[in-house]
Amino acid sequence: MQPVIDTSPKVSDEVRKTTCYMCACRCGINVHMKDGKVAYIEGNRDHPVNKGVLCAKGSAGIMQVNAPSRLRAPLKRVGPRGSGEFEEISWDEAISTAVGWLNELHETAPHKLAFFTGRDQSQSFTSFWAQNFGTPNYAAHGGFCSVNMAAAGIYTMGGAFWEFGQPDWDHTKLFMLFGVAEDHDSNPIKMGIGKIKARGARVIGVNPIRTGYNAVADDWVGITPGTDGLFILSMIHVLMKAGRIDLDYLGRYTNAPVLVDADTGLLLRDADDKPLVIDRASGKPAPFDRPGVSPDLSATHEVDGVTHRPVFHHMAERYLSEDYAPEAVAERCGIPAPRIRAIAAELARVAFDEAFEIEREWTDFRGETHKTMTGRPVSFHAMRGISAHANGFQTCRALHILQIILGTVEVPGGFRFKPPYPKPVEAHPTPHSGRRPGRPLNGPHLGFPRGPEDLQVDDAGKPNRIDKAFSWENPMSVHGLMHMVISNARAGDPYHIDTLFLYMANMSWNSSMNSSGVMEMLTARNDDGGYVIPRIIYSDAYSSEMVAYADLILPDTTYLERHDCISLLDRPICEADAAADAIRWPVIEPDRDVRGFQSVLIELANRMSLPGFTDADGTPKWTDYANYIVNHERRPGIGPLAGFRGTGDKVGRGEVNPEQLNRYIENGGFFVEHIPEAAQYYKPWNTAYQDWAVGLGLFESPQPYLFQLYSEPMRRFQRAAEGHGDRQPPEHLRDRIRTHLDPLPFWSDTDQTGNAGFTVTALTQRPMAMYHSWGSQNAWLRQLHGRNPLYVPTKLMREHGLSDGDWARVTSPHGEITVPVMEMAALNENTVWTWNAIGKRKGAWALDEEAPEATQGFLLNHLIHELLPPKGDGLRWANSDPVTGQAAWFDLKVRIEKADAPPDESQPVFAPIDSPVGTGPKELRWKVGK
Amino acid sequence: MTTLPDKTDRKMGLVIDLDTCVGCHACVISCKGWNTENYGAPLSDQDPYGSDPSGTFLNRVHSYEVQPEQGAAQLIHFPKSCLHCDDAPCVTVCPTGASYKRVEDGIVLVNESDCIGCGLCAWACPYGAREMDAAEGVMKKCTLCVDRIYNENLPEEDRVPACVRTCPAGARHFGDLGDPDSDVSRLSAERGGMDLMPEQGTKPVNKYLPPRPKDRIEDQIDVLAPLLEPIAADTGGFIGWLDKALSRLPGGTI
Repeated sequence: MQPVIDTSPKVSDEVRKTTCYMCACRCGINVHMKDGKVAYIEGNRDHPVNKGVLCAKGSAGIMQVNAPSRLRAPLKRVGPRGSGEFEEISWDEAISTAVGWLNELHETAPHKLAFFTGRDQSQSFTSFWAQNFGTPNYAAHGGFCSVNMAAAGIYTMGGAFWEFGQPDWDHTKLFMLFGVAEDHDSNPIKMGIGKIKARGARVIGVNPIRTGYNAVADDWVGITPGTDGLFILSMIHVLMKAGRIDLDYLGRYTNAPVLVDADTGLLLRDADDKPLVIDRASGKPAPFDRPGVSPDLSATHEVDGVTHRPVFHHMAERYLSEDYAPEAVAERCGIPAPRIRAIAAELARVAFDEAFEIEREWTDFRGETHKTMTGRPVSFHAMRGISAHANGFQTCRALHILQIILGTVEVPGGFRFKPPYPKPVEAHPTPHSGRRPGRPLNGPHLGFPRGPEDLQVDDAGKPNRIDKAFSWENPMSVHGLMHMVISNARAGDPYHIDTLFLYMANMSWNSSMNSSGVMEMLTARNDDGGYVIPRIIYSDAYSSEMVAYADLILPDTTYLERHDCISLLDRPICEADAAADAIRWPVIEPDRDVRGFQSVLIELANRMSLPGFTDADGTPKWTDYANYIVNHERRPGIGPLAGFRGTGDKVGRGEVNPEQLNRYIENGGFFVEHIPEAAQYYKPWNTAYQDWAVGLGLFESPQPYLFQLYSEPMRRFQRAAEGHGDRQPPEHLRDRIRTHLDPLPFWSDTDQTGNAGFTVTALTQRPMAMYHSWGSQNAWLRQLHGRNPLYVPTKLMREHGLSDGDWARVTSPHGEITVPVMEMAALNENTVWTWNAIGKRKGAWALDEEAPEATQGFLLNHLIHELLPPKGDGLRWANSDPVTGQAAWFDLKVRIEKADAPPDESQPVFAPIDSPVGTGPKELRWKVGK
Repeated sequence: MTTLPDKTDRKMGLVIDLDTCVGCHACVISCKGWNTENYGAPLSDQDPYGSDPSGTFLNRVHSYEVQPEQGAAQLIHFPKSCLHCDDAPCVTVCPTGASYKRVEDGIVLVNESDCIGCGLCAWACPYGAREMDAAEGVMKKCTLCVDRIYNENLPEEDRVPACVRTCPAGARHFGDLGDPDSDVSRLSAERGGMDLMPEQGTKPVNKYLPPRPKDRIEDQIDVLAPLLEPIAADTGGFIGWLDKALSRLPGGTI
């Protein structure tokens, strides 16, 4: 007889709904509790981001909250830096120590504090803290991640991918993605690909490596790394030459018809500073937004014998050039010319021949009412793969221009913004770095420069910021340059600092270029024996490699033990059809002596009586982060959370509601406000959307704008380099600014100085089960991806006589590693790659020193320098994009050869660090229920 | 020896879409989480932070490279768990009757209290779909979440296996493959659902949907080429074309 089994067991005592933090995707999760412990985690079906699904990381969260690598108490360094020798101290002592170091800086020299955060999801708060401390030296990790994508998107069209927008998955018929294996937008992209493939839509993947999304793509383009911009501009060439572009869209919604001053290259403007177009009805110049104006893409404007031409003429001149013909670029891109043409033709076919109308009336900013919305069902997505090159900014701009000339942005079937985007440059702040001891910085740190006047340099041109952001070296570095902080602080260039304060950033390991160099910089001493960087404070929840390099550790909680807000003021979780925000709340209490980092910042601020955090008489405004989330008002009635304001019935704008967090918890940990139907597309130009956004408090007044095919801010920098204005670049940067701050996208090869003999491109990717996760010590996930061989294409394996399991010496102009190899055929034939951040240092993450991550795992970071090889001009040039300063990780070129004597371990090997938490248990049987 | 039922009332199983599976392992870990906490002994992990971590998983994703005769190599993600075979050799080989196939829905289960951990069933399974739990000493395998799919403590929409509920790409489908009109049967019929290793004679219930043909865009070139006929050879010609094209737009002046 069959056994009788209980098919309806009790699932849990209670479900607590909060927000995942296993990566940056921010899905809703149902945490099933048994006996007060976490028993099981699944996706929240009601949540706007993941709609019930959950990735491997999310489900493995249960192994994160019990991870043996969790820090247990504040730590004070007792051995030399880098040794990992610590002593546990009380929070009283930890806070007093930090205040002792910081308070004097606040009062006298706030710039001597450099406060940088890593995968921080509270940037509107951490920047507020830094601003009130008064230091100009604040940023998060965008500079070494994907600032090119974000900045190019904002400057071109008011937003980029991921948190800025998403494909219209319900209508798109052709989805093309560039440089993405897994993504920040982790589950939504997978859901979207599944959805469109289920209805037979085509997916085209552009990536040198055919894994992940590229593995399921219908067509794979195994492009040569760093040539994406050339490929894109070639498609633009083909489409323009064939006239397969959306002229109506370009005329109405972009600056293609705006007149360019032939003398200055700036846009012609009227007395009210409105850019001018030629009105097709009158043939005369008119401000672009005047009701009834029909902008002419073709007409020129002659004044005193000078002909001013519209942007579109300049585009035609550049992109119709045979330099961009498929045949001219095919070899460099590694894509046959017929393939480039076929893809361009398919983009055009779907955009124009499969266009459709949605019966939905809307009114544009010129007052014209449209009976329908025209769908162009082509959408794109891209991220780090095309960003992390020194030509990444212009490449990202080119991709946005491709979308725009096809008329697919903010239309049905295309790419759609998510509130609070779209948002033009004009709606963003400019950067600030004016320090005033004892007082707040003179404005927000990060912003979008409009021209040389917004650079943060002194009269001599010397950078105000430790990372040299917003200087002539990288004028539009809108996310700062976290990857340059430590090397600049070590070099005392532009100045020495006193305290380095980091949060969630593994800078002595996988989050830095040149990891071994960074270890040296963090431990370098002056002649007097003191450290060059005198004090380092670090906050992390886990025993990461960076812990060993700090003097004071402020242990953070895990994500299930804390309050957080995923705020509209910051990087929200909105959908194209809705504004949304969310919270985390302590679904369990910490069983260790740890505190949420944001609450610790509030305590530090209160102890220092920082302005902004305390009233005039020194009384603290907030007791902890939860208290801040509810009570802080950025503007009257607008706080970190948009939902349940007032007595719980107000949205966006409204009085503080002391019950707000409870209302979020009752609602599943999030809040959603849907956009009215008529406002869901054409958002930058749609009156109904603009009015809705103002009502919600996203802006104070409607802000319709044109997409900037031609970037006037870039032209202002370029013009300065041509010798105009009070602020001009130093001579050694003049040519570079003139070339790279081109107001129309172009492609240039990255600087190959020193690369002679290094002919193979080397890349990294993160696996899907670990993307953006700092949890690869996770007991379950490390069983999926515990090893990272160097994947080598078949051709190179043969050339070098390599077989699986052999070891190869991999050399770059900067360094050398020796690592195990494995053959991979589905790979660009001149590219090698590995999974990033699998390699761990011995002693970190509570792993056994013999763990494969610590013996065979490795980082490519050792091969990448934050500076380019010397050019012989006496200067050192950053290995960064000249526009934004984005770290050019993927420009790495190497040489490989078979290692004659296979080593026992991947080289280089670093001495083990003492673990402040010991190592994990020998067996896990994690059943919390009876 | 244990006997199989002559027939089962239903054939509950999975349809797994190899065209859509991105290889993210979400199903692997969701399964691990649910089945650690639920049916039978927890899925244990040995040396979880050490040099040779090795745990029990009821579902794993393997990745295979495929080199077609023409064109670029491809990568196929292949999730694998028990296929709940009609002729399940793991059941007939069981010396204690611990392994059995349920009459009502065809799910193959192990009654852990009767399992002596001899491992014969794992040897008999041609798919490698069973794993001995090293801590408990009993054989573990996919239960098709038998404690979810009928569970009255779960909302009805959640009464599916954990792997299906969590799959972000929607590559996993659950239903009665014995009913030709069920959604899963129709999907399998439409997309050419395949048995895994049919030559083994196990008659697996689970079906795999094969990947669609790839890298065909250049084959369309004859169809697409006319779409790209140049309108002009140079910038001047382009501007001339532009004037004409604009005149055809609403509000045109010509």
